Amino acid sequence: MAKKAVKRVAPKKIPTKPAAAKKSGAVAESHESPLAVKNRQDFEASAPLVEMRDISIAFGGIKAVDRASIELRPGEVVGVLGHNGAGKSTLIKILSGAYQRDAGSILINGKEVTINNPRDAKAYGIETIYQTLALADNVDAAANLYLGRELKTRFGTLDDAAMESETRKVMHRLNPNFRRFKEPVVKLSGGQRQSVAIARAIHFNARILIMDEPTAALGPQETAQVGDLIKQLKADGIGIFLISHDLHDVFHLADKIVVMKNGKVVGTARTTDVTNDEVLGMIIAGKCPKGAIPGPGAMRDAA
Amino acid sequence: MSSTGSSQEPGLNQEGAVTRFFRVTEINPRMLGMVAALILIWCIFDVWSGFINPNEGLFGGSFLTPRNLWTLLVQTSSIAVMSSGMVLLIVMRQLDLSVGSMLSLVAVASAVLQVYQLGPLLGVGHPLIWVAGVALCLALGTGIGAVNGALTAYAKIPAFIVTLGGLIAYKGIAFLLASGETVAPMDQTFEVFGGGVQQSWLGPFWSWTLALVVCAVIIGALINGRRQRTRFNFTLRPVWAEFLLGVVGSGVVLGITKVMNSYPWPPKLIENFAAANNVVIPAGIEDRDGSAICMAAEKFVRCTTGLIYYTGYSLPVLVALAVGLVMTFIATRTVFGRYVYATGGNPEAAELSGINTKWLTIKVFALMGTLVGISSVISSARLNAATNSLGLSNELYVIAATVIGGTSLAGGVGTIYGAMLGALIMQSIISGMSLLNLPAAYQDMVVGGVLVLAVWLDQIYSRRLK
Repeated sequence: MAKKAVKRVAPKKIPTKPAAAKKSGAVAESHESPLAVKNRQDFEASAPLVEMRDISIAFGGIKAVDRASIELRPGEVVGVLGHNGAGKSTLIKILSGAYQRDAGSILINGKEVTINNPRDAKAYGIETIYQTLALADNVDAAANLYLGRELKTRFGTLDDAAMESETRKVMHRLNPNFRRFKEPVVKLSGGQRQSVAIARAIHFNARILIMDEPTAALGPQETAQVGDLIKQLKADGIGIFLISHDLHDVFHLADKIVVMKNGKVVGTARTTDVTNDEVLGMIIAGKCPKGAIPGPGAMRDAA
Repeated sequence: MSSTGSSQEPGLNQEGAVTRFFRVTEINPRMLGMVAALILIWCIFDVWSGFINPNEGLFGGSFLTPRNLWTLLVQTSSIAVMSSGMVLLIVMRQLDLSVGSMLSLVAVASAVLQVYQLGPLLGVGHPLIWVAGVALCLALGTGIGAVNGALTAYAKIPAFIVTLGGLIAYKGIAFLLASGETVAPMDQTFEVFGGGVQQSWLGPFWSWTLALVVCAVIIGALINGRRQRTRFNFTLRPVWAEFLLGVVGSGVVLGITKVMNSYPWPPKLIENFAAANNVVIPAGIEDRDGSAICMAAEKFVRCTTGLIYYTGYSLPVLVALAVGLVMTFIATRTVFGRYVYATGGNPEAAELSGINTKWLTIKVFALMGTLVGISSVISSARLNAATNSLGLSNELYVIAATVIGGTSLAGGVGTIYGAMLGALIMQSIISGMSLLNLPAAYQDMVVGGVLVLAVWLDQIYSRRLK
């Protein structure tokens, strides 16, 4: 009964928002402990920060993302998992304004919004740390941090001194050893470049943070630092999308995971409801386990 | 790197005196290299020309004379103005091959307006004519540049193709506009921008005044910079370095001004001026050889020692210097400039940062067009005529000057002063070889070789830097 209700909603793709959320919360009761149910109900009572509904985008003839739906609540970390080419980065780039969707809708705090470019996304408090870091290599850390929202003097010129001073403060918090403020970022190490990209994302009061493979270029110690940072941001009530092709990177940090395969959502699950192996099965075979809510990409027999 | 003494010690031991000098003074070694190359070229030409035609130059030649240096700066100004815009374009990974043809087209349009329309209408010499002529040059240049930019940014045609088309097409339009004729002369009020008439010379008094103002600005900027650094607790330059920069900067300005103020008006002009203003030319003065009669032009100057006027800075040079200053300000102090450099460094990152790179592309091309407009005023006023071949090959000289000046074709790197220095180096080679009476074919060969050599040296330099 529970599953049927969800299944009916999911493939058809147009759930009336708050009602559907409540319903799925209610139906889940049957196989969860009372405490889990209470947690979940509290959790789902808060409005989603972001909801992406039935998003599709095609490049040429290839459907990179096909009717994918995903949501994020304040203080929640959602891991988006999948192989390379599963469509996770593309889906998230639609949210950050880098790509324009062909179909579907994006809601922020329950209101439908239009995101046509990165400027729109930033206006809604959506900040992104790209896998490529998206740094302008030829300018220094401060110029990158403030790229697109420079501080200006009262004459309207660049206030480099103020920007560098602010950058020193932010970077000191993130990476106390960072000293190379005058050099173009191309001369920095991988970890230092990463901290510049992270500083840029969190410095402007982000409400929604997208991290695309944030630890791909980092060593174990720096990876642990990023983990700590994520926990701290989560405590501040920021919603975080954590995108990775490596399950182990995100499993212990995420509250929820969304698995994608061939551009479709295989399933969504709370990390407490599924095991590592089950998630691996979702990523590799598209098999949706019992603890997860299947999406349009789930294998038929598994659902 | 840190300002505490203890952590600085090891760094001090590792770096050599030269490295430390450049780091502490924050002088770009590359720029110093270019200045050295320029001075070397000047000296070589002066010595060489001394063998052929001994003259009053520093080493007995005819290159390092006030007359030649003054002319050199005037000749450089048109290319220098355009190269400052080309820097921004190339930094942004674009290119404009059409600037030469655009210059011809704009100049011819302005000449047709002045000579065929406004001249008969308002009467030759009406002040409105130069205003309209200049305004048309600027507006038309900006418009054509914007079209180049729009085709590149929105129609997504590579800038190379768009402007290659422009290179061919604009020349054709220029031909049609004037029916293939040379339109001349420009209006006498417009001619002032060419630097060839006495109204376009600042004269010694105002040249010195300007030089002193510039020196004051240099010193003020150093003091202000130091205050800013203190305010934000950044590392300060040592006091000796500040003094060195102030003294050298002011010295260069005063030195150039001295040279500019040593170039006298042509004797004919002095004669005309004296006649028009009832100034008595001291008669019967003997020249060095004791000849009392003033016959040839050069000797006439000596005859009029009692009555001599010096030119000082000329208008085209002042325009080029002003453009250099404004463009440097735009490139380094404005959000627009920051976006241009960031886009050149990583176009995708710029786009993802919310920069509207398409609109930015149009603006940079339009700015290039405005500068072509300014150059077309200088070129056509200097020649006192406009033809469809006025800007012939200018695009190549402009790009060469920009690249010699250290702008990387890979994008993201380049300075305005570098490109202007590059233009000066190139013009020095061209006019130096003319002084040696070498045929134009040799000049082309050498300029081409220097371009390739400059890029090669630059690559060795930047590889060693890494």
